[in-house]
Amino acid sequence: MLENYLPILIFIVIGLFVGIAAMGMGFILSPHNPDEEKGSRYECGFEAFESARMKFDVRFYLVAILFILFDLEIAFFFPWAVVLDEIGPVGFWAMMIFLGILVLGFIYEWKKGALEWE
Amino acid sequence: MDFLIGLYDSLPVAIQIILKIVVIMGPLMVLVAYYTYAERKVIGYMQVRIGPNRVGPKGWGQPIADAVKLMFKEIVLPTHADKTLFLIAPLLSIGPALAAWAVFPFDTGLVLADINAGLLYLLAMTSIGVYGVIIAGWASNSKYAFLGAIRCAAQIVSYEIAMGFALVGVLVVAGSLNLGQIVEGQSGGFWNWYWLPLLPLFVIYFISGVAETNRAPFDVAEGESEIVAGFHVDYSGMAFAVFFLAEYANMILISALTALMFLGGWLSPFQGTFMESWFAWVPGIIWLVAKTFVFMFLFLWFRATFPRYRYDQIMRLGWKIFIPITIVWIVVAGAMQVYDIGPWYQ
Repeated sequence: MLENYLPILIFIVIGLFVGIAAMGMGFILSPHNPDEEKGSRYECGFEAFESARMKFDVRFYLVAILFILFDLEIAFFFPWAVVLDEIGPVGFWAMMIFLGILVLGFIYEWKKGALEWE
Repeated sequence: MDFLIGLYDSLPVAIQIILKIVVIMGPLMVLVAYYTYAERKVIGYMQVRIGPNRVGPKGWGQPIADAVKLMFKEIVLPTHADKTLFLIAPLLSIGPALAAWAVFPFDTGLVLADINAGLLYLLAMTSIGVYGVIIAGWASNSKYAFLGAIRCAAQIVSYEIAMGFALVGVLVVAGSLNLGQIVEGQSGGFWNWYWLPLLPLFVIYFISGVAETNRAPFDVAEGESEIVAGFHVDYSGMAFAVFFLAEYANMILISALTALMFLGGWLSPFQGTFMESWFAWVPGIIWLVAKTFVFMFLFLWFRATFPRYRYDQIMRLGWKIFIPITIVWIVVAGAMQVYDIGPWYQ
C-alpha cells in the first residue's frame, strides 16, 4: 500500500528540484551588480513612504476564518460522499442535519454583513 | 524493443520511477513553454494583431528565446527582503504545480501512482500553491507585493471552497476518490459524462479554477494597472520565470482535471453510438489531450474577452453565488443518488 506513495514523494522532490535548478542556473549565468537603488523597495520611482508591514483590512482575516470553517466542512463531506451508496437514506439525512446547521451559520454571517465588501 | 524492456526491468525501482516522471514532465514542460506562445498568438489574432513572429519560423522559437533571455537576467535580491523566504516562495509555487501530476491517469491503468486518495491529494497540492504567493508577497517587503499577496490569498481560499464543494458533487456520483475510477464511472458516451448531471458544478469548478490560478478576469492579484504586478513585483530573472512556469502549469492542470472529472477523461465521446467503431483506433490519451486543449483555449479566450472584475465583485461571486449553488446541488445530487432517481444517478 505504502509503496504506491513512493512515486509521489519522488515527484515532489523532482518538482522542487526543477525550481531549484532553474533558479540555480539563473544565479550562475546572470550578472550580479548589487546597487543601493536597485535593491530598494519598488514604489513607482518614489522613495518608500513607510514600512511595507502596514495595517490592512480586517475583512481579510474574516475571510480566512470563514475559510477554515468551510474547508473543514468539505473535509467532512469527502468520506460521506464516497460511501453514500452504502449508508443510504439514514446517512444522507444525518449529513443534511449537519449541513442545515452550517447553512444557518452561513445565513447568519451573510445577514451580519461579514461577506460585504463596501 | 525487447532489449530495451529488459534493460528497463533490470533497473532499480527508484530509477524506473524517475524515468516515468521524466516521461510525464518532458511533454508537460514543452506544453507550458508553447502555451505561453499560444497565449500571445491567440490573443494577438483576437485583437487583429499577428503576435510574436520574429524568432524562428512564424515565431516558433519565441518561448526558447524568452527562457534564454530570462536565464541571463540578474536575479535582484531586494535589500529589505527576507532573503530565505524570498527564494523559497517560487519553489513552493512550482513544486506542487508539478507534483500534482503524480496521480493523474492518462489512460486505463496509465498512471504513475494509482492511489485511492487521488482526489484528496490533488486538492492538497492545488491548495499548497497559495503559500508560494503569500510568502512571496510577505518576503518582498514592498507595499505592492503585500497588497497583491493578501488579495490573492483571500481570493484563492474563497474559490477553493466552491471548488471543494464541486468535487464533493463528483464524489457523490462517482463514489470513489480514485481518479481512474471516477473516469470509468463516466463510461457510456457523451451523455453519461458528469458534465450533464452535475452541470452547475461543472461550470462553477472551471470558473473557480480560473480564479484559483489568478487569471483574467480574476487577476486582481496581479492588477497591472494598480499594483503593477502584485506579489511578484520584486522578482526578476529566473526567479520570476519559476512563478510564471507555475502559473501556466497550474492552468494546464486545472484544464486537465476539468476534462477528467466532468468530460470523461480519456473516454471516447462516441461511446455507445453507431460511430464508436469508426473511432476505436484513437488512443484514449488523444481524447484526453483534446478535451484539455478546449479548456486551455478557454483560459486564453477569457483573457482576451472579459474586463477585470472589481475585488468586491470577485468576493461576492465566490461567497454569495457559487457557494450557495454548490451546496444546493450537493443536496440535489445526494438525494437523487440515495433514492435512485433519474437517468444518471443509479
